[in-house]
Amino acid sequence: MDPFLLEALVNGVLLGGVFALPVLGLNLVFGVVDVIWLCYAELVMVGMYAVWFLHTQAGWPLALAFAACLPVVAALGVALHLLVVRPLLGAPPINQVLATGGVLFVLQGGATLVFSTDFRSLGVEMPPMEVGEVFVSGTKLAAFVAALFGAAALWAFLKFTYVGTAIRAIARDREVMPLMGVDPRRSYLVTSAIGGTLAGFAACLLVVQLDVHPFVGLSFGPITFIICVMGGLGNMLGGFLAAFLMGILVSVGGFWWNTEMSYVVAFAFFIVVMFLRPRGLFAR
Amino acid sequence: MSAATHRAPDTGDAAAARLELSGVRAGYGDFQALFGVDLHVAPGEAVGVVGPNGAGKTTLLRVISGLLRPTAGTLRYGGQDLTAVPAHALPSLGIAHVPENRRLFPHLTVEENLKVGAFAPSARARFAERREHVFALFPRLAERRRQPAGTLSGGEQQMCAIGRALMSGPRILLLDEPSAGLAPIVVQQVFALVRRIREEGLTVLIVEQNVAQVLRVVDRAYVLETGRVVAAGRAADLAADPAIRRSYLGMH
Repeated sequence: MDPFLLEALVNGVLLGGVFALPVLGLNLVFGVVDVIWLCYAELVMVGMYAVWFLHTQAGWPLALAFAACLPVVAALGVALHLLVVRPLLGAPPINQVLATGGVLFVLQGGATLVFSTDFRSLGVEMPPMEVGEVFVSGTKLAAFVAALFGAAALWAFLKFTYVGTAIRAIARDREVMPLMGVDPRRSYLVTSAIGGTLAGFAACLLVVQLDVHPFVGLSFGPITFIICVMGGLGNMLGGFLAAFLMGILVSVGGFWWNTEMSYVVAFAFFIVVMFLRPRGLFAR
Repeated sequence: MSAATHRAPDTGDAAAARLELSGVRAGYGDFQALFGVDLHVAPGEAVGVVGPNGAGKTTLLRVISGLLRPTAGTLRYGGQDLTAVPAHALPSLGIAHVPENRRLFPHLTVEENLKVGAFAPSARARFAERREHVFALFPRLAERRRQPAGTLSGGEQQMCAIGRALMSGPRILLLDEPSAGLAPIVVQQVFALVRRIREEGLTVLIVEQNVAQVLRVVDRAYVLETGRVVAAGRAADLAADPAIRRSYLGMH
């Protein structure tokens, strides 16, 4: 195989790993709370600023900045739920989407006020590695491995703990949960904290690959939503697989044409999928 | 509110666990379903509530387990006012509800369904022990423990739903139409199970349309029609009552 195509494929898989985390977070929140966090990519943006600020401005070691980023964004997820989502739980879905969409602009505006529109770089780069005929960015590879680790941790939580099993049950039948001794309000709060933690985790992986600016969410937010819908909204495994499919499409599309064209290819593919399988590629 | 604050002591004497409803009214919006229902279940008793479709039987169980708040009347269990307790705290109090249509989680395995049933903090510590007990009661569930609950037959699903309720270690079990949608031979099996559960000392309140069958397993029964108790008494007496035989047992 053409080594450049192979490299594009490998990079696509690595990219898919990074898409996977926010996709899992969004799907989890949607599946359990039944509300779409339209501002999800902006939660990631806040996390990226947190790492950048703590590391380059406050002088914290990078590992510590990463560790602090998770609870910061988790708390933001909880605040989002308590202040915006919970008061609107009984409201029509369009109002919920508009409200979390409003938070998107508030976070973008807030970041602009505090940090200006400058592009901020963490200035961390790991040396590229040569695997066979293919050169792989060490940073991307590390981010990919960490993303898989995060996804595996989430899977183990949902599979083996009482709270995780209950969360999977709520996604299917919320009315019956009180009979199981489960307080849905509390489960929503836990889910929002996990959704925030996943956004924080994604922030750590993205901040080493992208410069931070208030609108950085636009570079991965829309594609995150598309992946969720393509995998079937609320379907965790479907979203996980669709993330890799989309990563490969974007990467190989960029190899055959160019980066701009690669997103056209990916979005065109999405439209075709929606015509053929409106409930998602992996809908059962 | 934490569930633990509502937990009854494990050593509570049986006499304390009496369920008592008096003058209970309830409904959905403008629609009133219950018009002043009086009912009690003594510890160790098996009590049936029978009546036609739409009589308010399911509403009655929903009120007892806190899914629906009564608009008037009192609801007490072991002397405690249940209307002040959130629904999710009831399993810790010893009340378990097997809902209408079973409401299993079809994508979770049999064992995971049991695990959700043991969610209450007081139940988690005894998960393994109770799971073995449920598997002993329902060997078919043990064989299918790793199978998604949605792939079980109707009768197995009912066993799984009852097993899930038993996982919280209840003292009283509320059963809503356990025979609905099952083949006659399976209905027999389900009622045989209810009898076995009784023999283990559990208090049972069972709502049924299958009047002939339920009157054979309960001690007493209430007849509910359009939200009112129109008859009550010992199961044998009700089964012999000419009016009931005419209306519910298809006898002329």
